[in-house]
Amino acid sequence: MLSDILIALIVLTNFTLVATSRINKAIQVAVIQGVLLGLLPIAMGLWRHPHIVLMVVAAITVKGWLIPYLFRRATRKLKIHREVSPYIGFTASLVLCALGTGLGLLLANSLPLAPGSRFALFVPASLSTLLTGFLLLITRKKALMQVVGYLVLENGIYLFGLMLVEEMPVLVETGILLDLFVGIFVMGIVINHITVAFDSMDTRHLAELKD
Amino acid sequence: MVWFLIALPLLAAALAFLSPSSRFRARLLPAVGALHLACVLFALRGWDIVPADAWLGLDALGGWTLLVVSVLFCFCAFYAPAYLALRPDRDNRVFVTSFLSFLGLASLLAEARHPGLVWVAMETTTLATAPLIYFNRNRRSLEATWKYLIIGSVGIALALLGTLFLAYSAHMGGLQEPLFFTSLTQGASRLSRPWLRAGFVLSLVGYGTKMGLAPLHTWKPDAYGESPGVIGALLAGGVTSCAFLALLRIFAIVAAAGEIQFARELMVGMGLLSMVWAAVFMVRQLDIRRLLAYSSVEHMGILAFGIGIGGRAARFALFHLAANALVKGVLFMSAGNINRSYASKRLPYVTGAIRRTPVSGWLFFLGFLAITGTPPFAPFISEFNIAATALTPPYLWTGVAFLVLLGGIFLAMSDTVLKVVFGTPPPDRVRTPYRDTAATTAPLVIALLLTVVLCLWLPAPLDHMIRSAANLVEGQP
Repeated sequence: MLSDILIALIVLTNFTLVATSRINKAIQVAVIQGVLLGLLPIAMGLWRHPHIVLMVVAAITVKGWLIPYLFRRATRKLKIHREVSPYIGFTASLVLCALGTGLGLLLANSLPLAPGSRFALFVPASLSTLLTGFLLLITRKKALMQVVGYLVLENGIYLFGLMLVEEMPVLVETGILLDLFVGIFVMGIVINHITVAFDSMDTRHLAELKD
Repeated sequence: MVWFLIALPLLAAALAFLSPSSRFRARLLPAVGALHLACVLFALRGWDIVPADAWLGLDALGGWTLLVVSVLFCFCAFYAPAYLALRPDRDNRVFVTSFLSFLGLASLLAEARHPGLVWVAMETTTLATAPLIYFNRNRRSLEATWKYLIIGSVGIALALLGTLFLAYSAHMGGLQEPLFFTSLTQGASRLSRPWLRAGFVLSLVGYGTKMGLAPLHTWKPDAYGESPGVIGALLAGGVTSCAFLALLRIFAIVAAAGEIQFARELMVGMGLLSMVWAAVFMVRQLDIRRLLAYSSVEHMGILAFGIGIGGRAARFALFHLAANALVKGVLFMSAGNINRSYASKRLPYVTGAIRRTPVSGWLFFLGFLAITGTPPFAPFISEFNIAATALTPPYLWTGVAFLVLLGGIFLAMSDTVLKVVFGTPPPDRVRTPYRDTAATTAPLVIALLLTVVLCLWLPAPLDHMIRSAANLVEGQP
C-alpha cells in the first residue's frame, strides 16, 4: 500500500516538473523524485535483504546527494538566467505530460504481468516517467534542463528495474548507478564548457552544424 | 588472460593520466595496441570453450568483434603519435587516456556474458569517448560533443530498458538470475513473448542509436566531422562495432526463442532506411568528413541488412564488420591528413589532393573504391555475397533495392571524392607545413593491404570462427 502512495507521488512529481519555470526548482523536484524512488524498495517491505538495503543506501546517496551536488556546481556559474525557457508553453507541456501518462497506461495494458504480481502500478508509472523525461529533453532549451530530462528518463527506467530488484545481480545494479553518476558528471563538465564558450547554457547556440 | 585484456588498457590509461611526459603518453599507444592485439590472438585459441556460468569469456562472436576492434585500434595507435606530434599545442593527456580506456571497455563488452554487463560496458564506452570529440576545443566540437553525449545517453538508456524487459520476460518464464547468455539461449523457449519483442525493439533503438542507424544517427555527422581523423576512425570502426555486437547479443536470444522472423524484418527495414538516408545526404555533400560519416551510416545499414537477410548474408555481415572497420580507418585517417594539409575539410577549398599530398590522396581514393565495393578489397566480398543472398526469391525485391542503393551511393560519393582527389589545387589556398610522412601513411597502407589480403584469402581458423559466430547470432548453440 505504502509503495502505491510513493508511486502516485512519483507520477505527481512528473507533472510538477513540466510545470516548473525555474531551473533550481526543477532540479529539486527531480532530486525528490529520485529519493522517492530510492525509498520504494523499503516501502515494498524488502528491507530484510541486506543487498537491497545496500542498494537503497547507494541509490539515495547518488540521486539525493551526489547528483544535486553536481547540479549545484553547474548552476553556481550562472547568476541571472535561471528560467527554464521552454520551446512550448507550460500548459501545453502539462497537456502533453497527461497524454504521456495515458499512453503509459495504454502501453502497460498490452504487456502481461506475472500472475499475482504486486507491481501493477510500476509499468505504467515507469513508462509515463520515461515519457516525461523525453518531453523535458525535447522541449527545453537550456542544456541543464536537458540533463534534468535525462535524469527523469533514467528515473523511469529505474522504477521499472525495481520490479526485478530481488533478482538483479548486485554487480549490474552497481554498474548502472555508477554509469548514471559518471554520465551526469561528464554532462556537467560539457555544460561548464558551453557556458564558458557561449556565455550561456542555451542549446540554441549549438546549431552551427547541419547539412 | 580474460581479465588481462581488460586490465591492460585500463591500467595503461591510468598510467597515461598520471604521467607528466606527453612523449611517453604518445608512445604508450602503439605499445599497448600491439600488446593487446597479441593477447587477443593468444586468447582466441580458446574461444570455443566458454563456461556457462562465467561472467567473462570470449566466444566466437565476442572474439571476432574484439579481434576487429583490436586490429583497428592497433592501426590508429600507430598513427596517433605522428598526429599528436603535429598538434603540439594540444595537451594529449585526455586524448591518450580516453583512447586507451575505450580499448579496455571494448574488451569488457566483447567478453561480457550477461546482458546487464554488456549494457554497462556500452554506456561507459560512450562516456569514455566523449572527451575525444572535444579534442579541438572549439565551439563546433563542443556542439558535436553535446549532441553525442545527450543522444547517445538517451539511446543507451532505452537499451537499458530493453535489457530490463528481457530480464522481465525471463522472470516470467521462470528463469533464474544471473541470466548469462548461455542460460538465456538455452531457456529461450520459456521467455514471455510480448516482453521479449518489446525488449528487442527497445534494444534495437538503443544500440541502433550508438551504431548510428537512421533515423537515430543525427549525432554522427557532427561527431565524426568535428573530431580529428584518427578519432573518427576509432568511432566509425570501433564504437559502432561494439554497439553492433551488443545488438547481436539480444538478437541471438530473440532468434533462439523462435522469434527470428520478427527481428529479421526489423533489421532489414532499419538497414534499408539507413542506406536510403545516407544516399540522400551524400548527394552534393561538401564536407569530406561528413561524407564519410554518412558512409558509416550506410555501412551500419549494410550490417543490419545482412543480419536481417540471415544465413549466408549474416555470415558475410560479420565479415563486413572487419572490412568496414579497416577501410573506414584508412578513409578517416587519410582524410585527416588531407585536412591537415589544406587546413579545411570542405569543397571547394580542398581539391587536387593527389598533387599536394600524393600518398594520402591515393589512399583516400583507393579507400573510396574499397568502401563502395570495388574489387580487390574486402568490402567487395561481403557486399557481393550479401547482395547475392538477398537476390533469392523471398527477398528478391529487397535485394534489388539493396543493389540500387549501393549503386546510387557510389555515384553520390564519387562526385565529391573525385573533386577532392583529382581537381586542380586552388592557387590562393594557404599551404600548411604538413607533408605526408611514413609515420602518417604507413599504418594506412598496411591496413589497406590487409583488406586486399582479406578479399583474396580468409585464413581457415578465422573462417571457422565467423561461421560459429553467425550460428550464435541465429540462435543455434
